[in-house]
Amino acid sequence: MVIECKHVWNYLSDYLDDSLSPEIKELVQRHLEHCEICSAILDSTRNIVVLTADDRVFELPIGYSERLHARLAQEIESNEARTRKDSGD
Amino acid sequence: MIAAILAGDTRQYHELIRPYERSVYKMALSFMKNEPDAEDVAQEAFLKAFRKLADFRGQAKFSTWLISITLNEARSRLRRQSTVPMESLDQVTGEGGRISPTLLRDWREVPSEALERKEIRAILIEAIGHLSPLYREVLLLRDVEEFSIEETATALTITPGTVKVRLHRARMMMQKELAPKLKNANPRRRWFQWS
Repeated sequence: MVIECKHVWNYLSDYLDDSLSPEIKELVQRHLEHCEICSAILDSTRNIVVLTADDRVFELPIGYSERLHARLAQEIESNEARTRKDSGD
Repeated sequence: MIAAILAGDTRQYHELIRPYERSVYKMALSFMKNEPDAEDVAQEAFLKAFRKLADFRGQAKFSTWLISITLNEARSRLRRQSTVPMESLDQVTGEGGRISPTLLRDWREVPSEALERKEIRAILIEAIGHLSPLYREVLLLRDVEEFSIEETATALTITPGTVKVRLHRARMMMQKELAPKLKNANPRRRWFQWS
């Protein structure tokens, strides 16, 4: 059985995740061996997935962590104060 | 550590959340699209998680639970900011129909060093921002946070099958938008082709 390009495109994401059934995977692989367009689409999609996952894409603002922990400290402190008050009542 | 916090050692919460600071911020930024709002959402999510920690039963991983709280916080803030309901935005792009990728004859790998360049990072963030929320959530959890299909499904309370369908469409939309822009991003230019 031979599959067309547009059918291969439907399988690319599952192919990248290696979650296709062995039969479909083989069909896709056979198609990719001779189709330079689908191979290029697969390579570009894989490359984009790898780039998207890179930690450098999203930069944290300077001081983000310090501001977060300062706010948490306030919350924790008021929570402790409430608990002390409740147990004192 | 969670048991210790619930038993009263609340200061340990700082240590509990340290590994997730970046993930929560990334998730918030891809929804809010500006740093101050993203930081607000991230802070609020960590505060809510602290207040609701007793509700965390451990059926899911702590990271999955925390990301769900962040998503809900971002969604409700966007709903408050916008006069257009989120559902309508989702319906514009719908879940039906086929997405055709950008057709190429070859692909020259864009190395991860290209991310040192601000414009490359910006076009990636912009492309994620162009996805409708349904697709963005799935792509962020699966491809940015590297959650499994099952973890993504749990965080979004959808089925693994729906995750796969949305992920496929999100990746194809990313390829369609980014392939033409990234095609020439490789800094080492080749002067001749092998084929």
